[in-house]
Amino acid sequence: MLSEYAPIAALLVISVGMGILILFISRIFGPFRPTARKLAPYESGMEPFGPAIRRIPVKFYRVAVLFILFDIEVIFFLPWAVVFRDLGSYGLVTMGVFFFVLTVGFIYEWKVGGLEWE
Amino acid sequence: MTDSLIDIGLSRGLAVLIAKTLGVFALATVGLLWTFFCIWAERKVAARFQDRLGPNRAGPFGLAQTVADAIKIILKEDIMHQGVDRWVFNLAPILSVMSVLLIWVVIPFTPTLIGVDLSIGVLYLFAVGSLGSIAILMAGWSSNNKFALLGAFRAVAQLISYEVPMALAMLVPVVLAGSMSTQDIVRSQHVMYLIAAPLTVLIFIIASMAELGRAPFDILEAESELVAGYQTEYSGFKFGLFYVGEFLHAFTVGLLIAVLFLGGWRGPFAEDVPALGFVYLLLKSFVGYFAVMWIRMTLPRVRVDQILDLGWKFLVPLSLVNLIVVAFLWKILPGTDSINSAGDALVPSLVLLAANILMIAGVGMLLREEGRRERARIAARRAAQPVSEPGSVADAAPAGASD
Repeated sequence: MLSEYAPIAALLVISVGMGILILFISRIFGPFRPTARKLAPYESGMEPFGPAIRRIPVKFYRVAVLFILFDIEVIFFLPWAVVFRDLGSYGLVTMGVFFFVLTVGFIYEWKVGGLEWE
Repeated sequence: MTDSLIDIGLSRGLAVLIAKTLGVFALATVGLLWTFFCIWAERKVAARFQDRLGPNRAGPFGLAQTVADAIKIILKEDIMHQGVDRWVFNLAPILSVMSVLLIWVVIPFTPTLIGVDLSIGVLYLFAVGSLGSIAILMAGWSSNNKFALLGAFRAVAQLISYEVPMALAMLVPVVLAGSMSTQDIVRSQHVMYLIAAPLTVLIFIIASMAELGRAPFDILEAESELVAGYQTEYSGFKFGLFYVGEFLHAFTVGLLIAVLFLGGWRGPFAEDVPALGFVYLLLKSFVGYFAVMWIRMTLPRVRVDQILDLGWKFLVPLSLVNLIVVAFLWKILPGTDSINSAGDALVPSLVLLAANILMIAGVGMLLREEGRRERARIAARRAAQPVSEPGSVADAAPAGASD
């Protein structure tokens, strides 16, 4: 069963290997003449100031949390989508209830302003 | 291949493993080489859209242009500047190419030729597809650059927002085929799912464009705001790998459209002559690829809040409703239990098409209403402050606007 995934593991190894090989090739053929200016982080020609990693606006986290919620809900749809024919009307009604709960949550999120970017 | 390996004295399991490994090695090589052609094709098409000639110096029709570019980029200096996180910085471009190549494993090229016919093919597509956003986040975080970090955060916000409608759109073929295996999905398309679910195809194309991060959704590398986004600090072939990943992904979107909605390798005589199926798949995926290019060349870039509004307030509810409607209709329609020929599938497909047209019309009316209200709001605001500096109206107007 798990051996089905062996080619995927092989491809993983192969593509990482190819990537590393390509990086080495460019190291070998390319020039390497570092200067202080060249090694500074790019900031439109200005002197870089302060750390590059600073506090991130909270709205990005909100999008991430929303995504996790919805992604899990999509995952619930997946097995249902495969077998809903065999489940009969029971499956349809159950999913209808799930969909209703999902919609109520979504409308709440919308009204409370969770979907606004600014 | 497997048989000849068994003949030289290997056990069956090992022989299969070696044959499969060589197979995916060939797949990866072909995939990467195919990118050369894709980049050339896209540059040519882009040139035509912009009334130019495009690359035409190196080789016949400029076909060798990409090869020349690749050689040039290898000869460039590979700068790794101060303060980068070495491992993450180097792994990010590799992961970005890998996330696309891994998709190719479950693409059925002919009735028999497929990397692995996973029973959870579509779930695998979700899983692998989201690796790309991790690569972008890695690139931005490790670059020690403010532009790169901000670009990466924007990019990831956009990518994960559109993953939800994309996943919901990919569920529609699963519902119609009753299987997650990509090969089964192709086999069950006696009538293309494009006929049965045109709205799903639209959602899928829009979400894929956003996943690709190309115009009109290219805020992740908006030159005028973010230099080059998460790629700012990359040079030499590491930048090249991101470039390869992007173009390969664009073609892969075409492949996915072909497999999920256009019937993959299906066509006249494809069952008997597998090579013909491959030709059909290529033609169909170029149709999808061309659609993606066309949108890219035609539409201007939208703002970040507009992108997220379009994703969360429009595509997510729309794709949810679409999925439920399609599943419900497919369930209650008679004769959808055993579809074995185009004749069986025709009537249910046409019913679904009618339902889709109704849904599209409904959505269009909703959007028209919303647009009217939006314009009225802008006009009212303009009347309130007659002398306004340029740009203030556009800045003040909320995008998808809903109060």
